[in-house]
Parts: sequence; C-alpha cells; structure tokens
Amino acid sequence: MTTRLVFENLKHKPMRSLLSFLLIGVPVTLILTLVGLANGMLQDSQNRARGVGADLVVRGSGTTSLTNMGPPAVSEGYVKFLNTEVPHVTMATGVVNHLVDFPVVMTGIDPQQFDRMSGGFEYVAGHRLSGPDDILVDRLYAAQKKLQVGQTFSLMNHTWHVVGIIEGGKLARIVVQATTLQHLDLIEGKVSQIWLKLDDAANDDAVVEDIESKTNLNVHTMEEFTALWSVSNIRGVSEFIYVIMGIGVVIGFAVVCLSMYMSVLQRTREIGILKSLGASKSFILRIILAEAVVLGLGGTVIGILMSYGAWWLIRTFVPASLPMIIMYSWWPIAGAVTLVGSLLGALYPGLSAARHDPIEALAYE
Amino acid sequence: MNNGFIIQTRDLRKTYRVGKVDVPALRGVDLRVKPGEFLAIVGPSGSGKSTLFHIIGGLTPPTSGEVHVAGQDLASLSDAGRTSLRKRTVGFVFQKFNLLPNLTARHNIAVARYIGGAVSAPDPQFEEVLRVLGIDQRLDHKPNALSGGEQQRIAIARAIVNHPAILLADEPTGNLDTENSKLVLEILCDLNRRLGQTILMITHNPEAAAFAHQTIQMRDGRIIEKT
Repeated sequence: MTTRLVFENLKHKPMRSLLSFLLIGVPVTLILTLVGLANGMLQDSQNRARGVGADLVVRGSGTTSLTNMGPPAVSEGYVKFLNTEVPHVTMATGVVNHLVDFPVVMTGIDPQQFDRMSGGFEYVAGHRLSGPDDILVDRLYAAQKKLQVGQTFSLMNHTWHVVGIIEGGKLARIVVQATTLQHLDLIEGKVSQIWLKLDDAANDDAVVEDIESKTNLNVHTMEEFTALWSVSNIRGVSEFIYVIMGIGVVIGFAVVCLSMYMSVLQRTREIGILKSLGASKSFILRIILAEAVVLGLGGTVIGILMSYGAWWLIRTFVPASLPMIIMYSWWPIAGAVTLVGSLLGALYPGLSAARHDPIEALAYE
Repeated sequence: MNNGFIIQTRDLRKTYRVGKVDVPALRGVDLRVKPGEFLAIVGPSGSGKSTLFHIIGGLTPPTSGEVHVAGQDLASLSDAGRTSLRKRTVGFVFQKFNLLPNLTARHNIAVARYIGGAVSAPDPQFEEVLRVLGIDQRLDHKPNALSGGEQQRIAIARAIVNHPAILLADEPTGNLDTENSKLVLEILCDLNRRLGQTILMITHNPEAAAFAHQTIQMRDGRIIEKT
C-alpha cells in the first residue's frame, strides 16, 4: 500500500515528478561524465603508448609530469648511447612532446626510426612525413578540426602541411618531424622521452637496472608506464571527482528537499486524512522517504540516460580532445550518492509532515 | 469508569491558546453514550461540538476532566495511544468527505484497512455493506469522478471498514443536496440498526438530527439540553 501511495502521488503531479527526476539526474550525469572523461582520456593515452611497440620508456631524472608536457629533459645524445652502449637494446628513438590544446599533444618523431619501431602508422589518407613542415593528424583530430590531406593550417604560429590522416591509437594525435618541433621550441638537442625496443621483452628488468646504474635517467617498463595512467596516480583527479560527488549529494539533497517540502505543503490535508485514519508518525515518514527513494532511483536512471547524451555530444563535436568512455562500474556509485542526497533531503519534510497536528492538517485548504 | 457506556465524559474541558489568549472551547461537558446509540449533536458555530468530537476521536487531548472511550482513559493516552484509538476504535466521516484524491474509491478504503492492520481481503459482511451503500460499482473511480453523495458513501465505507466501536460523523450532509443528504442519513440509520454501530453525528440541520435516537444541544462549550 505504501508503494501505491508513493506512485499515485508521483502520478498525481507529473510535472513536479518529471522536474525532480531531471534535476536529480543532473549530478548523476555530472559524475558519470567526469569519471568517463578522466578514465577515457587516461585509457586513450595508455593505448597510444602501447601502440608505439616499445618495451621501455626513458624519461629525464627530473621529470615529474606523467604526460611529459614540461620542457624536454633528456639530452638527445642518450639516444645514440642507449642504441650502442646498452646490451639487449635493439632500437632507440627519441620523441619531443608539445602540449597544443589540453589534452592534445603534438609529438615530434624521427620518421624512419619510429616506423621501424612501431611498424609505421596506418594511413586513412595521404602518406608519411617527408618535409619539415609536414604534419600527420589522426582521424578524430581531423574530424574535430575538419582537416583534409593537402590542406595547410596554422599551429604554434607555424604553417603546417597536412600530408596524412592516420588511424588513432599510436603515439599521438598530431605527429611532426622532431627536428622542426625542436627548432620551434628552441630545444635543439633535447627530447622528451626515449622509447626502447629490446631483443627480448623478458630482459626488461635487467636493462632498466643497467641503464639506471649508468645514467641518472628514469626508466619504466611499458607495464609500469601505462599503469601510471590511472585516476589514482594523477594528482588532483581523485580529489576533483570527490568534490563533484559532494556537489552531487548537495544538489540531490536540495532538489529533493525542495520538491518534498512543496509536496508535503500541498498534501497537508491528505496527511491529516491519513492521521485521522490512524496513520502513525512513522507511517507518514515512511511514505515521504519511500517517495524520495523513488525520486532518487528515477533520477539515477534519467542521469545515466543523460550521460549517454553527453557521451554522444562529446563524440560528435570534440572526439579528439575529450575521449569519454561509459563507466558502468560507476552507475551504482552515482546512484548511491544520489540516494543519500535524496534521503537526506526528504528527512526534514518527512519529519515535518509526521509532526503535523491532525486537526490543523484537516482544516488546511 | 464504564457502567455500560461506550463514551463517558465528566467535567471535560478544553482550552486553546490563540496567541497570548486562552480560548475555552469546552467548559465542563458531561456526556454518556451507550453502545449502539445514534446521537445527534447540534449547536451554533463555536459551541464546542467539533472540539468534543476531536477529543472523543483522539485527534487532540483534553485540557482537564475525564473522558473514557471504549474502556480507554483518553486523558492519560500518549500521542501514540491516540493514534492507536483512531486506528481501531473510532471512524470519522467529514463534511468535506476527505477522500485521498490520488486514489480510487477502492484504494481509499484499502488504505484505511492497511493502516488498521488488516491483511486479508474484506469480509463478506463488508462486501454486503458496499452493496447497501450502493457504491460497489463505483469503486474503481477516483474522487473527482464521483458525485458528492457517492464520495460521502465511500467515506462512510472507509470509516467502518475496520469495524470501529464508534462512528463520528461531522456534518456528514453539510455538502450534499437534499436527496443525497437523505440517502446518507438513511445509510447511517441502517448501519446503526443492522450492525449496532454507535454513531455520533454533528449537524446544524434539525431534519438530520431527527434521524438520531437522541439529540444534545450545545452552546458556549456546554451541553444545555438533551432530548
């Protein structure tokens, strides 16, 4: 009977119910979109790092930023050193990173070396880099910026000539000649990181130890390096998500509190009727809280649906900048956050309804 | 205090506090009602009729005096005790029907049964009552699809579904036309006669009061006449 009372109440004021569902759904969408973006961006970076085909990554000793967006910190001389002086290393290639438009990074490569290490890019259109002003962009970035092969465009106050559009998932979304990028950034002789290929991946630990004993460089196996790309390893991301979850609780609380408070006011007489029939305070409170639970659950479903809407918008308009994934594992978390907010929000109106004087409530017009 | 009376009050007083002023609503009411009695209470507005109802029905406690309903001393009952009284011992019928607008007639009755703790389907006797009330074909309509007379008959069915010892009817014909008023009053008489239902009815209408066994006249918070 409690269920019937709750659903009939919601049906009786459909606009109020719909608005409540929508507003409660907003923080759910916010949480799912942000978590989906954070994880999507990290997963995208992991995939692109794996796509290089290297076994080890070498970074400068002072490198603290995972994304290597600071100034290149490794002397280019190490590329030759690692190629010739370290056993088991069959190939080494340095790359230069330049943050274009967060989180999109332009990467400078030595085309011959990189092709040998990775097997080369897969071209959707055009061909490999040959001239100093040539640029390759991946399919998503080309779609986002509406670029085509043969077109020129300006980036970093430099005019580039689009010579190829590549499939994503390998190294970077924008690829140019390393020498050009070093020249533009005034960092000749420096690279951001060096990718190493070994004769046998099983030798990775020995090689890491060897390089670290001979130099002051940071060396990571590919497994270690990609593991660094997680939400918990990037400072501030977890905290940011917690803040959004807190905002979700507050929004859920405020929406349900307002909605239920209005509802209780509108139903004062009905509460009086229920009391005249012998309904206890706990019965009245139970109805209000049950309605809040339904609003919270409905809001969660609407929020999940709206997160698909956000996902579609992002994929349509900024697929390269914001690779978002749907995080199913976060559905129950977002739902729980919303339910907590809803129940907290319903508590005051519920207690207020339970305390109504039956005579005054029955006289309410 | 019982002596064969289902309702018994002695020097019953109730004072409301309005702002900083005490307003006496009942100034010493002595009333005794036997089981199965149909009693009409008449009097002008402000005479204390509704307050007396609210106290007997457990909607508000008395300020002083004694009041016993179905063997329970209401003066000593807590809020939870009065809730329990409303659940099992008294049933209310109001002038404005007071049906829950979101629910069908059937579910309005079912809510009362649910709150009263009933778990099984309504008994055959109650099904018969619904037929006598002439509402058995109107149970799946919501209040806004029912006439005033039908709504009041649903309200009566709801009030007696848990077999309360006492039915309190506050101006049950106040919002009805002559035909429906007569129908409702006949139903109350029928319930009283068939089921031995004790009924207290507030009314302004002398014709309605004539349906009762006895009439008491109230004025200024006191009973001034019993006929």
